[in-house]
Amino acid sequence: MDKHDQSSRRSDAGMPLVPALEVLLRLRTDQIVVTTMGSARDWPKLSKHPLDFHYIPSAMGHAPMLALGLALAQPAREVIAFNGDGCMLMSLGCLVTVTASGAKNLTLIVLENGVYEVTGGQATAAGAARADFAALARGAGFESVAAFSDLAEWTKRAADTLALPGPRFVLLKVARVADYDLTSPGPMVERIARFRAALGTG
Amino acid sequence: MILPAHEIVSTAEGLGISHVVWLPDSALGPWESELLGSRKLSLVRVCREGEAWTIAAGLQLGGKRPLVVIQCTGMFESGDALRNVLFDLRLPLFAVIGYRGFLVPGSTDSARHYTEPVLKAWGIDYVLIDSPKAAPKLAEHYRACQAAGRAGVALVAEGKG
Repeated sequence: MDKHDQSSRRSDAGMPLVPALEVLLRLRTDQIVVTTMGSARDWPKLSKHPLDFHYIPSAMGHAPMLALGLALAQPAREVIAFNGDGCMLMSLGCLVTVTASGAKNLTLIVLENGVYEVTGGQATAAGAARADFAALARGAGFESVAAFSDLAEWTKRAADTLALPGPRFVLLKVARVADYDLTSPGPMVERIARFRAALGTG
Repeated sequence: MILPAHEIVSTAEGLGISHVVWLPDSALGPWESELLGSRKLSLVRVCREGEAWTIAAGLQLGGKRPLVVIQCTGMFESGDALRNVLFDLRLPLFAVIGYRGFLVPGSTDSARHYTEPVLKAWGIDYVLIDSPKAAPKLAEHYRACQAAGRAGVALVAEGKG
């Protein structure tokens, strides 16, 4: 059982993705933010923070573990990792790896839309299985688990949710985005150099 | 055992390794208690080997010195993560990989058969530690790879693994 269950009732529609990200954008201070797939499409349009790391191209399923490595390396910083639901399904074991690591400074936010956007919107297996990502996170031992499907509720409770004891798992039920257009924010080597400079590890 | 636990720990400590990210096999498993006993090394346990490469990438970006420790079968499993961090992110990560079946005469183990061809296909610079006398090659290869800014692997020969 999780210690801090902040789940709200889910609806099928889900909240619009960009406003959901904007909620976090308003709360973000000096946290490291790791994005991938759908979040890496939209977050860079909203944020130009030097501690953003857009884990693209072709890193589907890997973002939580990159974020965990950063969290272990930088225990004085908070790390926020966005992950898609399809990404999450590729590496469910990493939920256990996170909690086993002892890292407290990590927030894993899963954007659940039920489809693989990058390949044209095919359904993930989670829908047919009626999989409950928040329940999986609870079972994996996350200290705090929250789930939101309503933008107003997420807006109202986001700050409190991010202040819960870590590691935290936040499920955001989001609406599908019809057009998938993921543009690289630039050469990886240059992005890594900027990111390391911002971290002070370059 | 070609690399006893105290030797891998002293070697890792001497190289300044901060984190050992691992999923052991039966030959590497006996290292666990010595790794846990080290004051200089943090042990990070993963559920699948692909996680190990990516955690190591995050650790290195964050200023630490990780060492990945997995079996060759885990290297096969972790291909996409390995590809991503070594070739897209171009991080000079280093791994100690248990070479299952190498010490078994006439082994027909497919893990034995494909390990070196796969490393060569990836273009990963590796050394083979197939006897206790070859143990110093691990540290030498690590230092050479770090100096050159490239990824590297030390294959540690095993029996059935």
